[in-house]
Amino acid sequence: MTHTIHMTAGLLLITSIAAAQPSGKEILDRIDQNMSAESRYVKSKMIIHGPRTSRTIESETWAAGESAFTEYLAPARERGTKMLKLEDQLWIFSPATDRTIQLSGHLLRQSVMGSDLSYEDMMEDPDLASKYDAVVTGSETVDDRECWIVEMHAKTEDVAYQKRKLWVDRQRFIPLKEELYAKSGQLLKKTELSDIQQHGSRWYPGRIVYKDMLKTGSGTEFIVDEISFDVEIPEYLLSKAALR
Amino acid sequence: MLRFYLKGLFRDRSRSLLPIIVVTIGVTLVVLANSWVTGVLEDMVVFNARFATGHVKIMSRSYFENRSQQPNDLALIGTSALMASLKSEYPEMQWVERIQFGGLVDVPDENGETRTQGPGGGMAVDLLSDESREIERLNLEKSLVKGRIPQTPFEIILSDQFAGKLEVEPGDTVTLISSTMYGAMSITNFTVSGTIKFGTAALDRGGMVADISGIRQALDMTDATGEILGYFPSGEYDDVEAASFAAAFNEKYSNPQDEFSPVMATLREQSNMSGFLDLIDYFKGIIVTIFVVVMSIVLWNSGLLGGLRRYGEMGLRMAIGEEKGHIYRSLIIESVFIGLAGSVIGTLFGLFFSSLMARGIDISGMMQNSTMMMQGVMKAKITPAAYYLGFFPGLIATVLGTVLAGIGIYKRQTAQLFKELQA
Repeated sequence: MTHTIHMTAGLLLITSIAAAQPSGKEILDRIDQNMSAESRYVKSKMIIHGPRTSRTIESETWAAGESAFTEYLAPARERGTKMLKLEDQLWIFSPATDRTIQLSGHLLRQSVMGSDLSYEDMMEDPDLASKYDAVVTGSETVDDRECWIVEMHAKTEDVAYQKRKLWVDRQRFIPLKEELYAKSGQLLKKTELSDIQQHGSRWYPGRIVYKDMLKTGSGTEFIVDEISFDVEIPEYLLSKAALR
Repeated sequence: MLRFYLKGLFRDRSRSLLPIIVVTIGVTLVVLANSWVTGVLEDMVVFNARFATGHVKIMSRSYFENRSQQPNDLALIGTSALMASLKSEYPEMQWVERIQFGGLVDVPDENGETRTQGPGGGMAVDLLSDESREIERLNLEKSLVKGRIPQTPFEIILSDQFAGKLEVEPGDTVTLISSTMYGAMSITNFTVSGTIKFGTAALDRGGMVADISGIRQALDMTDATGEILGYFPSGEYDDVEAASFAAAFNEKYSNPQDEFSPVMATLREQSNMSGFLDLIDYFKGIIVTIFVVVMSIVLWNSGLLGGLRRYGEMGLRMAIGEEKGHIYRSLIIESVFIGLAGSVIGTLFGLFFSSLMARGIDISGMMQNSTMMMQGVMKAKITPAAYYLGFFPGLIATVLGTVLAGIGIYKRQTAQLFKELQA
């Protein structure tokens, strides 16, 4: 009798845990609700901690859907450099040379301004649910927050990272940590998201630290100074006309 | 007595002609092979020293470890102070700063959009200072195909083949898309001042040369440089001197705990040059050994044939009382004359053919896809060793062959001699 009671209690516990645990797909949808928006404006600082020195690069970005326009504000060497992403194409305007260069092929894997981010990273569609299948593999505490561990596998070959592992805040559904892997299983990058702030109904990180595991240096801090969601973006800003 | 032997050799040509021809051919080949290999390998060393390694090279410790990638993010910083120290502490050496860089060369159309582009690798050297000898060292003036040497920081020379592929002419603007030493993308315009033929397939495919001040600005390398190359005043590489020089420098300046501290490497320690330098030394030993062994076997056989032909003569000489040892010694003395004659003639022929090959053989057509830093023209070089390298082995091989062949004399039985003669 006692044995039956124990078994029933165990089954009930498992069932209740399973009910409380959302599926991988549900978690990705909730993350997308936080991180994706129709349009947004971000003023940010990128602090690149190189092996010998740290540099700070300031920029403003307007993004809508799969298009984004970035203008670099500082330092002086980079001021006026503009970057335009239209779907899967990327152009850079260099004011010193008065040239607009389209980046393609291996150039997209180059680092952005010497940071731990590549142009390919910047071109990635933030919408995770459409690109990856996800499974919840466990739970762990990160920065005193209970997190789901979610493993994501790419649905198609045309993504920069075939496998990703996320530690997602159980309450706010925002990743606090991420590992990005190559198809071979090699760990390529790590990110840590912190200073999570509420913007209306969504949660968004105020600071992201990227670490390219194949590079020396202490990583790149991405600090959001100003962010607005669902803003009006003039049409010319997301066209090649904005580059000059 | 010596005149007697010489007369014998001159009068009986069948006794001397074949061995002399054999020795002459062998010695000629040894001298020629030595001059050719020495010339080709030394040219490669000199070429690499001028273009890539210097006689000694200073880099940061981590740059040295990853030198095959030419990582400018690991470049030396504060090089004006280091250069000043080097010039005051080692005034006899010639010190030059260089930056190796790579990138995409993009050619704009009339609207500033990309018309053509191609990957290239370049070298930034001091082209503008009055005291710089880099133009002469890299033989740039003579290698120009079109245009002129850069006269401003933002002018560039492209390999003629690369310029042809990009369809650019002197005066056209090209954009170099590269990485700064901090890893950021660098986009800089350069005016093509001229085109050049490097004479090596790897460089002719996509090589460029620009002034170091322009490349420093392009790659954000203020007061930084990838490499500092040092050249001995004689222009010749001396491995022993370079090694002691590097040891002294590293003792003073290099800190194994600091990956960015400078470290000096000798030419031998870079770009697999040690293999080439060792090869030059080993090769001489190898060809001499092979020559002595092969020639001894050939001349042994020739001596055996001669012994058979002179079977009767030997028998008669023994029958009339000449000692076996005396006959044996006389054969060896004859072989010394033959060896001397063959070696002298062979050395002369070898030097003659080497001097013809010193003008060079153009192999650039065979190296279209080569990635090695090799010159397209291979030349022989006559060194002092060429005058004696074939001479002594020629002599030794002839004597050794006779020593082996002549042993048969001791197997003849005096009791049988008259029977043999009657027969």
